Amino acid sequence: MPGITREEVAHLARLSRLELKSEELDHFAEQLNDIVDAVARVSEIAAEDVPPTSHPLPLTNVMRADEVRPSLSPDEVLAAAPAAEEQRFRVPQILGED
Amino acid sequence: MADLIRCTAAETAAAIASGEVSAVEVAQAHLDRINAVDEKVHAFLHVDTDGALAAARSVDARRAAGEELGPLAGVPLALKDVFTTKGVPTTAGSKMLEGWRPPYDATLTRRLKEAGVVILGKTNMDEFAMGSSTENSAYGPTGNPWDLSRIPGGSGGGSAAALAAYEAPLAIGTDTGGSIRQPGAVTGTVGVKPTYGSVSRYGLIAFSSSLDQGGPCARTVLDAALLHEAIAGHDPMDSTSIDAPVPAVVAAARQADVKGMRVGVVKEFGGEGYQAGVMQRFHESVELLRSLGAEIVEISCPSFTYALPAYYLIAPSECSSNLARFDAMRYGLRVGDNGARSAEEVTALTREAGFGPEVKRRIMLGTYALSSGYYDAYYGSAQKVRTLITRDFDRAFGDVDVLISPTTPTTAFPIGERADDPMAMYLADLCTIPSNLAGNAAMSVPCGLAPEDNLPVGLQIIAPALADDRLYRVGAAVEAALNDKWGHPLLEEAPAL
Amino acid sequence: MSVIDLVPYEEALASYDPVMGLEVHVELGTKTKMFCGCATVPGAEPNSQVCPTCLGLPGSLPVVNAIGVESAIRIGLALNCEIAEWCRFARKNYFYPDMPKNFQTSQYDEPIAFNGYLDVELEDGEVFRVEIERAHMEEDTGKSTHVGGATGRIHGAEYSLLDYNRAGIPLIEIVTKPIVGAGDRAPEVARAYVAELRELIRALGVSEARMDMGQMRCDVNLSLMPKGADKFGTRSETKNVNSLRSVERAARFEIQRHAAVLNEGGKIVQETRHFHEDNGTTTSGRIKEEAEDYRYFPEPDLVPVAPAREWVEQLRGELPELPRLRRQRLQSEWGISAVEMQSALNAGAIDLILATIDAGAPADQARKWWLGELARRANEDGVELAELPITPAQVARVSALVAEGKLTDKLARQVIEGVLAGEGEPDEVVAKRGLAVVSDDSALGDAIDAALAAQPDVADKIRSGKFAAAGALVGAVMKATRGQADAARVKELIFEKLGVTPE
Repeated sequence: MPGITREEVAHLARLSRLELKSEELDHFAEQLNDIVDAVARVSEIAAEDVPPTSHPLPLTNVMRADEVRPSLSPDEVLAAAPAAEEQRFRVPQILGED
Repeated sequence: MADLIRCTAAETAAAIASGEVSAVEVAQAHLDRINAVDEKVHAFLHVDTDGALAAARSVDARRAAGEELGPLAGVPLALKDVFTTKGVPTTAGSKMLEGWRPPYDATLTRRLKEAGVVILGKTNMDEFAMGSSTENSAYGPTGNPWDLSRIPGGSGGGSAAALAAYEAPLAIGTDTGGSIRQPGAVTGTVGVKPTYGSVSRYGLIAFSSSLDQGGPCARTVLDAALLHEAIAGHDPMDSTSIDAPVPAVVAAARQADVKGMRVGVVKEFGGEGYQAGVMQRFHESVELLRSLGAEIVEISCPSFTYALPAYYLIAPSECSSNLARFDAMRYGLRVGDNGARSAEEVTALTREAGFGPEVKRRIMLGTYALSSGYYDAYYGSAQKVRTLITRDFDRAFGDVDVLISPTTPTTAFPIGERADDPMAMYLADLCTIPSNLAGNAAMSVPCGLAPEDNLPVGLQIIAPALADDRLYRVGAAVEAALNDKWGHPLLEEAPAL
Repeated sequence: MSVIDLVPYEEALASYDPVMGLEVHVELGTKTKMFCGCATVPGAEPNSQVCPTCLGLPGSLPVVNAIGVESAIRIGLALNCEIAEWCRFARKNYFYPDMPKNFQTSQYDEPIAFNGYLDVELEDGEVFRVEIERAHMEEDTGKSTHVGGATGRIHGAEYSLLDYNRAGIPLIEIVTKPIVGAGDRAPEVARAYVAELRELIRALGVSEARMDMGQMRCDVNLSLMPKGADKFGTRSETKNVNSLRSVERAARFEIQRHAAVLNEGGKIVQETRHFHEDNGTTTSGRIKEEAEDYRYFPEPDLVPVAPAREWVEQLRGELPELPRLRRQRLQSEWGISAVEMQSALNAGAIDLILATIDAGAPADQARKWWLGELARRANEDGVELAELPITPAQVARVSALVAEGKLTDKLARQVIEGVLAGEGEPDEVVAKRGLAVVSDDSALGDAIDAALAAQPDVADKIRSGKFAAAGALVGAVMKATRGQADAARVKELIFEKLGVTPE
């Protein structure tokens, strides 16, 4: 398996929205390499014909009726908001598309 | 009542029901104990004195009004800080949620309240339940009451330590890779991971959704069973909740009889990396079970050696997604919002500041494992290993009623010893992880002290999914025989705090 | 931003073949959200239809709305799709403040419906088959309002305000296979497809599919390849094109823009683009520094959906008549041309006409009002026909009043105006505005006598056989009755009084 470079860690950090410090990049690169080396073993026995298990339970079709349940009050919804205005969450400017 | 804090939950409930003692007296005794020792132990992140006393008063009032009380009414409990409690701080051990008061109760919290259980407070844990030592808590480590310089296990170290320090007779944990059983083992207490889907996850702050399972922690097997019955059962708010009757675990704990049961010893657990004293106590337990009438069979589960790597792909993958919601927009920590920065930047700065190193490590590992180009090799393969492990279990349970192993390879290690060595830390969950991957039921029950360090050793019992009652039959039998042999419960050998 | 000289449309199509992909999101009209029991009432106050689940609070969990699944299956069946025997939800991971969990619960490689088609009819009656790749279930995001900055748009905003009422509302995303071979009719096909899909969704009753309200949103993916080539070019993705007309214009604009870039030897950048209603152009969205990596994986908080075959067949049996077939039937029942039917479809008038007929109006009258006066008003007001504050029953009543001779067409238009102005039911408007036809012959008699007396010369002309001269007298009577008389009846009475009988 390929090693995880410092650049790759920086990419993962961006995808994960983590503003890592420079020294963290090095530290994590080393640790993630060790971990990935160890866990890559899974492919040794993961043969083609083995079906994947994403869930331990064999349940299907768990659904609820389309019936309204009480919502939280707007006060409860906004109680923990770092900032609010006009009964809405106030967030810093959003970059990207509208 | 001689010593309220040393009673079992069953005894306490009976005393309250008979009027021998009031729920308020019981609650107050435990609050006093917490006041006296928790500065040293640090099992609690938040003690809800007012809420506990109010709940206790309500139980007393209901009794006075002649209402029939449930089997745990008035019994105090320490709740892992990973379950939401309406209006009561819930942090999951993270700075990210410091001061957050949820607007809703977890289903488990609601059930405890309905059962008249008195919630004393919220217990310390590894941040977002990621860890095996409680050292990853953003609020400082918890000490093991057997030796405060050692870890109490994790992630639910606070809950286990609260039991061992007599701060509460009952506690709740969550077990994703061993976070109930391993703390139970290293603190000389009982911890049960019920069958996946039997205890609702609604209101359990998710670490790894397909592995997380809430469960009971107690000082005795019967107490664990009583708590198990109070919290288990179908919940329409959790799509992965099993809609089937809860196995009769209390009856099984009272039965405490292993005659004629077939008990499998997992061959793959043992050998290198296992502490000698742990293996010694484990082998004695095997002989004990034989002497109690169980038939012992050696069982091989070859794919179990791949459980740890599979777990360290699946759990981080799910956690990388589950923890994405902590973005500084709607609740929790927000740092760096100076009016000029974008939401994106504020999110990244907040997550950098709010998450500890282990959480960041796992988020990045999971992000990596799910990335296009790597998915099949990592996450996909891990899911296949999960199938193979389940097949090994199925084969084993075709032959035996339960499997046993040591709960954890070593006794409690010193705080700080493995803090900067993630791989060494991960080994603590070697024996417990397969049950999480397969979703079956498992228990850790004390089986003695390791001779070399006089620290508790846990015996792990594993039963097929939905056969949780077998854990209690075997666990209670082992417990009774050992208590007979020692003349007292193991925990009485712990040093006074 | 550099301004490019577009290639004239015909010229572009002479050199290139367009390939389109259309992605339509339909917001279902379920009572509750896709994964929680919060209400979905439009226009509710901000953050009043929000619970721990749709706010993504720690610990919350999703539970699938059964009607959401049922609606997805019915849409799939109506689009001639296969319905999965077993499928799952997946998490699509990306950060955005309007998405509370920072992943969207969606479906990835296991959609509930796949491999279908929808036949659409173009203006001239030609039928074009649009192949459907898949239809899958997912959830909507919250709504952001951008504050500060000049335009209220995202760029230059100082901060944003978020309302999560919409977060978690069920969406069905319907994705076509690449649409090839439409040639110069590609924009028309795009429009006809979206229009037909909208009719279908409405006929199924799963959503009102109001594009102006965001209940149906369309992304237009387009690429060009040199004529005769079989390898697709690089595509652009024009997002959120929210009217039928815009769908057509966006496709047309992109064809011309792509051709311009390609003709100059340039390369099309794979990017998202925004469509501007005001001038019909598209502009580049933010180009992402890195390719999106959504890290899809099966949603572990939900269990698979495995629709029983009996259920699927039952739903198939209960499907309503498909809109295109229904239109064919109605066209022949009403005896109108394909073009007339098409304009009724484009105006969104078919159901309104049918409802008006059901309320008792003759078909031609129902069509006349909805496609004439009312379509004009909707157009003027910039709203959809169905949004006009008048019901089919009210239109039918107006029609009945005309048939009974109580209103003239001219008066009827005033009644409709009154109803639209909120003055009440048609009969109330007639009474309040005093619009009833003056048909009382004795009342008319006085006015006619007065007119004859005032213009004896005209009366003489009529007596001498110049019947056309009666117009002057009718005019005088109409003036005297302030237009409320039935002109035909006035004429009859004049001839009666003068004792003449025009042939």
